[in-house]
Amino acid sequence: MTQLKVVGSSPSRIDGLEKITGAATYVDDLSFGPDLLHAEIVESPYAHALIKRIDTSAAERVPGVVRVVTGKDFPYRFGLYMQDRFIFPSDRVRFVGEQVAAVVARDAKTAKRAAKLVKVVYKELEPVLDLAGALKDDAVLVHPDLGNYPRCPWFFPQAGTNIAHYRKTRKGDVEQGFKEADVILEDTYTIPRYAHCAIEPHAIVGLYDLAGRLTLWSASQSPYTQRHVFAQALAPLGLSHKDIRVVTPYVGGGFGGKAGVSMEIIGAALAIMVKGHPVKVRWSRAQEFYNTYQRQGVIARIKLGAKKDGTITAIEHTLHWDAGGYVEYGANVVNAVGLSATGPYRIPNVKIDSVCVYTNLPPGGPYRGFGYSEFHFGLESHITRLARKLGIDPVEFRRKNAIREGDTLAYGAKMNPSGLHEAIDRVAAEIRWGHKESSTDPHKVVGKGFACFWKAPAMPPNAASSAFIKFNEDGSLNISASGMEIGQGYLTVMAQIASEMLTVPVHRIRIEPPDTDRNAYEWQTVGSHVTWGCGNAVKAAALDVRGKMFEVVERALGLVRDTLFLEDEKVKCRARPDFELPFKNFVISGIQTPHGNFIGGPILGSGVFMPEFTSALSDPETSQGGHPNVHYTVGAAAAVLEVDKQTGRMRVLKAVLAVDAGKAIHPELVKGQVTGGVLQGLATVLYEDIRYDLKGKLLNANFTDYKIPTALDLPDEIVPIIIEVAQPDGPFGARGVGEHTMIPAAAMVANAVEDAIGLRIKTLPITAEKVALELRGIRYDDVKGAYMGLCFAGQPDAYDFRTTSAKKK
Amino acid sequence: MTKRITLKLNRETRSVEVEPNDILLDVLRDKLGVKSPKIGCERGDCGACTVLLDGKSVRTCLILAIEADGQEITTVEGLSQAGLTPVQQSFLEHGSFQCGFCAPGVVLSATELLGRNPHPSEAEVKEALAGNLCRCTGYKPIIDAVLAVSRKPGRRI
Repeated sequence: MTQLKVVGSSPSRIDGLEKITGAATYVDDLSFGPDLLHAEIVESPYAHALIKRIDTSAAERVPGVVRVVTGKDFPYRFGLYMQDRFIFPSDRVRFVGEQVAAVVARDAKTAKRAAKLVKVVYKELEPVLDLAGALKDDAVLVHPDLGNYPRCPWFFPQAGTNIAHYRKTRKGDVEQGFKEADVILEDTYTIPRYAHCAIEPHAIVGLYDLAGRLTLWSASQSPYTQRHVFAQALAPLGLSHKDIRVVTPYVGGGFGGKAGVSMEIIGAALAIMVKGHPVKVRWSRAQEFYNTYQRQGVIARIKLGAKKDGTITAIEHTLHWDAGGYVEYGANVVNAVGLSATGPYRIPNVKIDSVCVYTNLPPGGPYRGFGYSEFHFGLESHITRLARKLGIDPVEFRRKNAIREGDTLAYGAKMNPSGLHEAIDRVAAEIRWGHKESSTDPHKVVGKGFACFWKAPAMPPNAASSAFIKFNEDGSLNISASGMEIGQGYLTVMAQIASEMLTVPVHRIRIEPPDTDRNAYEWQTVGSHVTWGCGNAVKAAALDVRGKMFEVVERALGLVRDTLFLEDEKVKCRARPDFELPFKNFVISGIQTPHGNFIGGPILGSGVFMPEFTSALSDPETSQGGHPNVHYTVGAAAAVLEVDKQTGRMRVLKAVLAVDAGKAIHPELVKGQVTGGVLQGLATVLYEDIRYDLKGKLLNANFTDYKIPTALDLPDEIVPIIIEVAQPDGPFGARGVGEHTMIPAAAMVANAVEDAIGLRIKTLPITAEKVALELRGIRYDDVKGAYMGLCFAGQPDAYDFRTTSAKKK
Repeated sequence: MTKRITLKLNRETRSVEVEPNDILLDVLRDKLGVKSPKIGCERGDCGACTVLLDGKSVRTCLILAIEADGQEITTVEGLSQAGLTPVQQSFLEHGSFQCGFCAPGVVLSATELLGRNPHPSEAEVKEALAGNLCRCTGYKPIIDAVLAVSRKPGRRI
């Protein structure tokens, strides 16, 4: 490969102008004319109840109401990995806020007024609100029909229990490993739920036209996956993929919350019921919190053993996840962690149990980090603690055990090339690890915390990407692919890849958000995999285009294909230095011969990428035998934290994060992911604090009471470090980085808190209030009052991981 | 019962029938077709619906349309009519946005700040932008962009 010209540079974002001028269009900005109908949802006030009767007659009599829809109209289930969710439940509700009916009216105010007139008679059931309640012997079942749900082959639900999925990974002999250990540390960590808080609420407009075609304009990370899930769910009505079109304009933030299908199924269903009229469903901020996905809560027990010299000998990691009322996507988070909860370390003896548990709380699902943020909090806290117990520096301990290329992963496959050691070294140097800092204020102390991280995309083994590239008359390019621009800069990166291959400058390339009727297939934009997967497809399409250009030039002009190359938007020839053919002279109209005829025609190419080396098939008792993950992206991070001993208030003086991008195609975008991800991660430790009442109702479903960071909450300094150890099968060596940047935040803060004030906090969040109380010897859990924030209502240390249900397996 | 109100919207006089309980944000978007103010929270928390009302940044989700009768409203669409403003240009150069949903509101808050205080400190920039939530960028590239404008001498905001 010659010197890269575009890949590795940082051109202006190609969506930048649209976004700063207000030209960028999001779903709610689209105009559908005066025929647009509006929907209002009737929601369950109970966490768990049987629906006895729904009386819609009063609502239907309101002038302007077009239709009232209930579960009777749609007795269908849907779901990405397991079909356990209902378009509208007809028999029972499983969380507070679940949709029970929808009123479709001519205007939003009428819909809202009429929705209040829908009478639903419930029989309240005992709700399952925490893990202990869900897993006890005589637990109330959230899904009595669990055994009958269609699911992907790598899920193992346990019918007759609340266990939706149980991922076991076994490597080596953990008992022997702990025997070999000189020091063993065992403890419990608890992580509450979190909300994505993209600033754009979910919105969908559906139109089932009179010819029977269903078009959805959807704020989604997953247009093709949505179409597929809609087609599956609506198949009983005779719809298939050909009849369904999903158009996704710009998305105002995703973070996993707009992956798969959540509320969008309602838009599809309502459109069917009001054939011929477009109907809009737009979520309120409150609905964003309780009826899309939440990050799942988890309680984790870690037992880690090491020899005196610092060699880790064994890990036992047990995680019980509060996955909510529906787990069609969330169970795959649990699955991903069950394969990777060793963290980025070489550990010979491994026992992981990752258990997905139904509760009557809002559905859990994908959230930036996909379970890895959660387990890294415990694991990276534990790594530092075990190092201290061994008398070894925590960074040295990490360096000694950090995974290397070729090491055997917990499930038996080999580790990909990795710059983890370089990341550790560079973060340690940048943070001046080992150099104790102090504050001039006698009430304040300063601590440092370190954490490593890794994450693999969680995707089915056949998650494919594809792309088309076509030329325009002026030699400019259109790329058609279906990755989603959710802010990460995907469009710009794809344009850079095509630009590098075809020499057309980035500003002469147009690539837009997808439309499933017109754009090439992409599974979905999740898992930080599109730079890699879709980037490979775009690169392949560019190669196809180049080959077709050479073919035309060879055929028309008799120049040998192997002597041709591209430079500055021209075809050139090594054998004929005087030859140059500008693209615009032939990429549409072809090349004229002396006879007057034209050879060639519009140049267009296609490219496909399928990770053919992966497989999700493995032994359910050990997870050995498959290759479920394509690769891991690794890194390290550290924080300098100032703690005010009087108030508990914490300030991040400096945060450093190094991530191995393989190849940073657009280094400024990578740095942007670091800055944004670090702040989002810090918020989950320092401010964001979700609360439910004792009947399962979310208490703080708004930005007044659920605090996300403002410009005032930025750390004093964030230093992004890009490591580049190439991913051999990535485009120009690239792998994804987007999710990873928030993963180490919780552990690095917890480790810094301990360094500063000597207190080990094992439950998130680590708010100023909690720190202030703990500094006075008061256990936060003892004084927090009558609400629930955690997946376990009791004291975490008393949680019994050896549940009856779990033992059945 | 409706009432006709008249606004100067992006320098153009516009007249529209509103109901007494119509909020300004909905009227701008649905009745006047100006879509850059976004619906993010409908309770004044997020700032995505920010516009300049007689030159001051306000959250249009908290204002009744009839309260704005006779006043002047500027949205991002109005700012860019004569090409990019220095604030917009700087945001473009600094890659200040990712998903872009908060961008119109942030551009207007920054424009207001630099209009009344051409050389703000970093703390003043943070304070002025604290009412505009951004979940993507971590704010740093936004703050950098505003400070860069303030450092360029002799430029009109």
